[in-house]
Amino acid sequence: MPTIDSALVFQISLILVVFFALQISAAVLVYLERKIAGWAQQRVGPNRVGPLGLLQPLADIVKLIFKEELRPKAADTWLFYLAPILSATTAFAAFAVIPFGPPTTLFGLLDRPVPLQVADLNVAVLVVFAITSMGVYGIVLAGWASNSKYSLLGGLRSSAQMISYELAYGMSLASVLVIANTLSLRDIVDQQAGVWWVAGFLPVPQWYVFLAPVACFIFFVAGIAETNRAPFDFPEAEQELVAGYHTEYSSMSFALFFLAEYVNMVTASAVTVSLFLGGFYMPFLPDWLGPLWFLMKLAVLLFIYIWLRWTLPRYRYDQLMDFGWKRLLPISIVNLLVTAAGVLYWS
Amino acid sequence: MTPWLFYLFATITVLCSLAVIGQRNPMHSVLLLIGSFIALAGLYVGLDSPFVAVTQIVVYAGAIMVLFLFVVMLLNAPREDVAPGAQVPIPGGIKAFGSVLAVGMAATLLWALSKLVSTPFTQDAQAGARVASVRDIGIMIFRDHAFAFEVTSILILVAMVGAVVLAKKTV
Repeated sequence: MPTIDSALVFQISLILVVFFALQISAAVLVYLERKIAGWAQQRVGPNRVGPLGLLQPLADIVKLIFKEELRPKAADTWLFYLAPILSATTAFAAFAVIPFGPPTTLFGLLDRPVPLQVADLNVAVLVVFAITSMGVYGIVLAGWASNSKYSLLGGLRSSAQMISYELAYGMSLASVLVIANTLSLRDIVDQQAGVWWVAGFLPVPQWYVFLAPVACFIFFVAGIAETNRAPFDFPEAEQELVAGYHTEYSSMSFALFFLAEYVNMVTASAVTVSLFLGGFYMPFLPDWLGPLWFLMKLAVLLFIYIWLRWTLPRYRYDQLMDFGWKRLLPISIVNLLVTAAGVLYWS
Repeated sequence: MTPWLFYLFATITVLCSLAVIGQRNPMHSVLLLIGSFIALAGLYVGLDSPFVAVTQIVVYAGAIMVLFLFVVMLLNAPREDVAPGAQVPIPGGIKAFGSVLAVGMAATLLWALSKLVSTPFTQDAQAGARVASVRDIGIMIFRDHAFAFEVTSILILVAMVGAVVLAKKTV
């Protein structure tokens, strides 16, 4: 009888755990978004379904499942149904390389320590970048396959926006890679453990946000643009494009786009946490609670995402392009050069 | 790399590539091209060089995005069919030149295929480790093959200038 490799079983079940956690996080985010929107606008927000309106996401899901699935007659059938699938898959796939805890044996339950990460690749940073760039296809395809002018405009805007901001995104990423000298997310996170003692008594965590604050800012802003969130939510600008690329979608295919948007937010925040905010490490606090620290940092960033959406008005389209090409990109290139010079000087 | 994974990805690559030229709809062709590139990236992962695989997706699949936009913006018709009667007759000289080139191409391909030796699947661990490191790839490209690299970039620059000239309405 073959012996069961408990570590392997754990690693495989980790995939399922991450998958369901992402889905639940999307549901929680939808609820929080509506609640925070309520506070920002001096309303109550959802409060009827369940205590404090907590069951609202569940009611929404049931509603979406039972809605009628509509498809425009002139739409390209295959691509019309492929687009939401592509969107959702790429959103989930990127999270696979993100480490959210130190290697654990589950208090001696497993025969060898297993890292809390679905796939530990030595080029994890590039994988995130590659999958993000594939995510554009879902939106552009949806825009084209719907055969409607609003959808097409939304899709084209999205592609222009994502291509523009991907450059600044990649450049700010590169300055972290120059400092860390590795492409593995786990190594990058491990290098951010510990503290510096500034002036002998002030502890500062060794997070890259303190070494490369400009890169962190650019990465976060470009991340908002990449996930199509306000104030960069042009692909679905309601006042101009009805609902942009998903105008023609209903029922579950719309739900997949909705899910993809929130999962993308979680993934983008998780990458920011891993690259700049020390991942699952917290100074002076035990490492084995890593997933908890990771979740806390994630929650702070996600709150900022939602906060920004209900605080800032949408840019104008030419302002968006100006900001991406004439401000963010030059700043990120100069920042990369300065960082590289600094690394050469101090190493 | 396990043989069945190789055969799986190789089949997907070949089928997608064949479907690209067998399609009437340019949009579907473009998507199938992406499928073929992704399957190719799968082959690279199997060869123990994830860096090349990811670069393949970032560079090629990303570049297809632009092709995609060309299809949307420049080719309004969803089909590539030429309207009957609109076909321009091709002069005989060009046809002859084309067929000579085609024969030459076929001969080269056949010659290359005849050189093919079937090698068993082996894990050349050392070769894999040598190519897999990003640092080594960087040193190889930017130091050992710097000339070829620069020449390629000039080629791309020429193509870019050509595209701008062609796209401009009045030259």
